[in-house]
Amino acid sequence: MNPSFITDAQNTWCLGCGNFALQHAIKDVIFGLIKDGTPRESIVLVAGIGCHGKIADYLNISTFYSLHGRAIAVATGIKLANPDLTVICSVGDGDTYAEGLAHLIFAAKRNIDITVIVHNNRVYGLTKGQYTPTSPGKYHGKSTPRGISDDPPFNPVEILLCSGCGFIARGYTRRQEELTGLIHDAIVHRGFSVVDTLQICASFLDMTDMYNERVYVPDGHNPEDFAAACMIAREWDYDSDGPIALGTIYRKNIPTYESRFRVPQKSDVEKARSVDKIMRERS
Amino acid sequence: MADYSILIGGKAGDGVNRAGQVIAKIFTRLGFFSYMYYDYPSLIRGGHNYAVVRVADHPVGGCREGIDVLLALDSTTLRRHKTFVRNDAVILYNSDLVHDAEGTAIPLLSIITEEEGSPVMANTCLIGAFCKSIGLEWNFVEEVLRLELPHEVEKNLRIARRGYGAVPVEMRPEFLHLAQKGGDKILLTGNEAIALGMVAAGLDGYVAYPMSPATGILHYMAEIAEEAGVTVIHPESEIAAMNMVAGMVYGGFRAATGTAGGGFNLMVEGLSMAAMAELPVTVVLAQRIGPSTGTPTYTAQEDLNYAIYAGNGEFPRFIFAPGDAGQAYECAGHALRLSWKYQVPSLILTDKTLAEGTYTVEPSTLPELIPAQAITRIGPVEEYRRYSDSEDGISPYAIPGDGSVTIKVNSKTHRPDGISTDTPEGIAGCIDKQMRKLPAMRQEVSDLRPVIIYGNPDAEICLLCWGSNAPLCREVAGRLGIKAVQPLVMWPFPAGEVSDAVGDSWMVISVEDNYAGQLADLARHHGIRVDLHIPKYDGRPHSIDGLVELLWGVVA
Ligand code: SF4
Repeated sequence: MNPSFITDAQNTWCLGCGNFALQHAIKDVIFGLIKDGTPRESIVLVAGIGCHGKIADYLNISTFYSLHGRAIAVATGIKLANPDLTVICSVGDGDTYAEGLAHLIFAAKRNIDITVIVHNNRVYGLTKGQYTPTSPGKYHGKSTPRGISDDPPFNPVEILLCSGCGFIARGYTRRQEELTGLIHDAIVHRGFSVVDTLQICASFLDMTDMYNERVYVPDGHNPEDFAAACMIAREWDYDSDGPIALGTIYRKNIPTYESRFRVPQKSDVEKARSVDKIMRERS
Repeated sequence: MADYSILIGGKAGDGVNRAGQVIAKIFTRLGFFSYMYYDYPSLIRGGHNYAVVRVADHPVGGCREGIDVLLALDSTTLRRHKTFVRNDAVILYNSDLVHDAEGTAIPLLSIITEEEGSPVMANTCLIGAFCKSIGLEWNFVEEVLRLELPHEVEKNLRIARRGYGAVPVEMRPEFLHLAQKGGDKILLTGNEAIALGMVAAGLDGYVAYPMSPATGILHYMAEIAEEAGVTVIHPESEIAAMNMVAGMVYGGFRAATGTAGGGFNLMVEGLSMAAMAELPVTVVLAQRIGPSTGTPTYTAQEDLNYAIYAGNGEFPRFIFAPGDAGQAYECAGHALRLSWKYQVPSLILTDKTLAEGTYTVEPSTLPELIPAQAITRIGPVEEYRRYSDSEDGISPYAIPGDGSVTIKVNSKTHRPDGISTDTPEGIAGCIDKQMRKLPAMRQEVSDLRPVIIYGNPDAEICLLCWGSNAPLCREVAGRLGIKAVQPLVMWPFPAGEVSDAVGDSWMVISVEDNYAGQLADLARHHGIRVDLHIPKYDGRPHSIDGLVELLWGVVA
């Protein structure tokens, strides 16, 4: 692997953190895209805030290290300004399923052609162990020492299916090859795509055993079948013991937002002329 | 000096705003200067709406007291405004709704029923009647209405003609005793002027969530989007709007957003990010009265302090505060231009009075193009650093895909290459670099001639005003032979220029639509004496006569 894809920034993720696997997968995919002809300069990664966000410092590509929950809104703006860019968001589960949920749902509704990779470790790592919208009900976080079992997690895959999302996949950081494939497929999909990635937080919520036991790739699942996608999405509710399907859960081609809403650009001189024309028409 | 006020009133949904605009347009075409104030509660149907159109042979930007023509679509209009009409006023009223009133009865409803018009066409009928009452030729009226009422033209014209015919004689023909120097005058609301000013400065993207009184920019921008080449987006919230703008700017678009105070609350998070990331975003903050939701459709100048201090952390910014549509056009352009030149956020402060008020503008007096700083194009370089330091703190601005460079933009404290840092030198260096822009930013403000003096420059009494109060204070100063001073740029505060403009006046009085006297405080903070604050915080702008009266004891 090209070493120049990593910056000189000191890596501060905990030993065993799932972010490493995600960073490798993203880096591999980007490397592949470049090999296939995508100019390196036209790839932009937008991160939110949280442990995952440090990926913006570590990856030596163009990045926008944005705010907690806002990566998708920022990425939407970038894509609208320049549809030729490949725009990838790395976001956290606390980041995008809590503070940034509206942006996620609306991006799905619009079908803007960006890819969202959720580093879903189901806990706030950087603020030291509070619960997130996808924490298991039995999780006792530092802000919820009595647990949250009356407040069960929600199922982001189901939310995305309801929001009109055209590409939903679920990956797992201990299935590196598969994860890389899913991220690649999500990026090349034309339209809004999400890879909800089950990630290990080595320090606060290591669910390795639980995941290893339950993850599987469904046989013969047709990702174009919405009803089948819903069924798979409901097998596991992020709380109970159901089997956890990995892979592309749903895929549909829909016209992208930027193709519907971007007006042809004009030069400064043309704009000045337009203003002049508008004013003359008003007199 | 010709100076007339025409009031048209009715219920929400009666088309009062449109009718006022048409009347303002008629006078603009006759060569007058017009100003329209539109007063409406936050209701879609019902409630009392009225528009005051002031027309004069000199530029006007505020209302005076006394009504020369009262056009009443309903009885509330007569009841509410009758005490303010002059003795020789013309009153035209809808005799199908109002009985036994003084003035000329026009059976508006009967006419539109006979002509099979829709209820809203009562306003067209009343406009026709009004035109006759001031002695306008029908041909001229027809010409204007054809342009201004493009839907169901023939029916509208028939109805207007019936109204025209319903007035037996000309009543105030002296209205037209003016040099009719048509010229190239046009009408613009403050919101429209801002939209056009930003486009003239090269705007590519406008993202906003609807909120009065800034909504007009969003609507107008969407209307002219294709013509102007602006991508206009209405997203899920103000938070999204601000962050999308930041993203657009990173992607190479000149982009802006607009909102009122409540929406700005939500944008402040993104504003700080833009500042830290050194992204040139422009925000229009259209003020309305009160904290929280306040009163959606009424005016205030309460957010000056907020605009200056909004955001966590310390960072440089530009704040403009235009007073009328012409100034709004120019300020919008300069806000965008300077924001890009210095890679800092810029704000344009307006208020409901300016945002939704309609003003006559002479396009020939406006700069054709206020080009925003071109993006620094950089070729393939060995090592591009987004935040590389320089003498004036400004780094080269590259956009992704442009040259083979890596552009790392960061909302966190960062090194010159855009990677986060928390070392003491790193933190201080990041702040030093941004603050190094300030001297040049101050100079840039000075170069703009940021302070305007009205009235008698040698007078010993000086009004200090900002925003939409400036045109009023200009008139008051003219009438009373005193001086008025308006800073057009509020931040960096042009303290030297304001101080020079105030000079050694023995009495300095601030006129502001707020309780506290925010400009007065700002001036005092910069060592400029302000003796008296004339506040207004009932959501309505001052009237010129009201202001004269308040000043009478002081000036006389
Ligand atoms: S706290 Fe958890 S998510 Fe954060 S770096 Fe450590 S292991 Fe990774």
